[in-house]
Amino acid sequence: MKRETSGSIMFDHNHDGIDRRGFLKCMAWTGTGALCVVEGGVLKSFALNDPAAKKAKGQLSFVQISDSHMGFNKPANPDVIATLKTAVDKINALPVTPEFMLHTGDISHLSKAEEFDNVDQILKAAQPQEVFFVPGEHDVLEDDGKPYRERYGKNTVGDGWYSFDKNGVHFIGLVNVLNLKAGGLGSLGTEQLEWMEKDVKHLSHSTPIIVFAHIPLWTIYPDWGWGTSDSAQALTYLKKFGSVTVLNGHIHQTMQKVEGNVAFHTACSTAFPQPKPGTAASPGPMKVPAEQLRSLLGITDVHIAHGKHALAVTDSTLE
Amino acid sequence: MYRQYWNLGIVMIAIALTIGIAASVATAGTETPSATADVKIDNFTFEPQTITVKAGTTITWTNRDDIPHTVVSTDLVFKSKPLDTDQTFTFTLAKPGTYPYFCSIHPKMTGKIIVQ
Repeated sequence: MKRETSGSIMFDHNHDGIDRRGFLKCMAWTGTGALCVVEGGVLKSFALNDPAAKKAKGQLSFVQISDSHMGFNKPANPDVIATLKTAVDKINALPVTPEFMLHTGDISHLSKAEEFDNVDQILKAAQPQEVFFVPGEHDVLEDDGKPYRERYGKNTVGDGWYSFDKNGVHFIGLVNVLNLKAGGLGSLGTEQLEWMEKDVKHLSHSTPIIVFAHIPLWTIYPDWGWGTSDSAQALTYLKKFGSVTVLNGHIHQTMQKVEGNVAFHTACSTAFPQPKPGTAASPGPMKVPAEQLRSLLGITDVHIAHGKHALAVTDSTLE
Repeated sequence: MYRQYWNLGIVMIAIALTIGIAASVATAGTETPSATADVKIDNFTFEPQTITVKAGTTITWTNRDDIPHTVVSTDLVFKSKPLDTDQTFTFTLAKPGTYPYFCSIHPKMTGKIIVQ
């Protein structure tokens, strides 16, 4: 069944007076590929081929993919190669070519060399050739993540965190999947937190900030480990900024939250869906009828318009 | 005269043999095959979550989930490689004590072994 993707979600930090009913209606649409815009406290919708979505000077656009789990081959999706290829086709069909991609982790399923190789090979067909990665817990199963860092750790520090700038936007890639403690959630650790505090200290408060990490940086569902124990500390370093967007993966479904100056967003997987919090015995792969699978997998397209604090974050499913 | 000593000798040997056989029978009687215990991993859970075993028991964890898991002792007494579906990890605990453990990939999954 084809789902129309139209419009985009705008996190407008200039206006906090979002109509609650409208926003909740918007929330109910996400995850099905339907989209809405909240601007100036009013709901609007854009079609994806609307000129407003097209690239203008001073704009930046990129795409987020997540949880490709290369190597997974169980009933929930026996062919993760095919669905990742579909995601790449979808990226290449976007009306505005993204400048680069973010992969928010669980690139591989078992941290095997051939799994990483396969993903790299498939992503070569994507128009945006530059890809920035952060690891998921499935990528660091060997030797505390050393093989991951050998592949993707150039220009990173510590366990693989880093930052970079694009068109005046500051991106911060964090690692919250190592040194996990029994019974705990994701963890950033003191060394990374100290690095992050220094990294943003001298940036002007008008710099748009985008943080990306695998496990969500807000507590979605602690029973399933969907949260990061020390993310609150990280967010205190970002208080001064007018526009902060947090992009995560791990939960294999889209979810968002706006809290003050921070907009949190999680992406779909390109491999298999997972159940909504508390609706199943465990957060494992969710088996659905084959014809529905692609409607529960997806990519995220992000547009930043300079001069506005609003970011357009568009989820679209593979079918 | 020598016949008496000879008889005594035979009796002593007989007694020694009987004691020896009795002793080895007694030992054979208390010798049991090494104990084993099984823990199943499924739905992000260790089943049973807590087990109590005798010292020297060999424990086998089997992953029946469709996602890989690890078995890592909190005090690093034992640590498995990542186990994909149907893979197993075996460990023998010789010392009495309590051994909490967890899955290092999904740390909310915890279990405990009590060795007596």
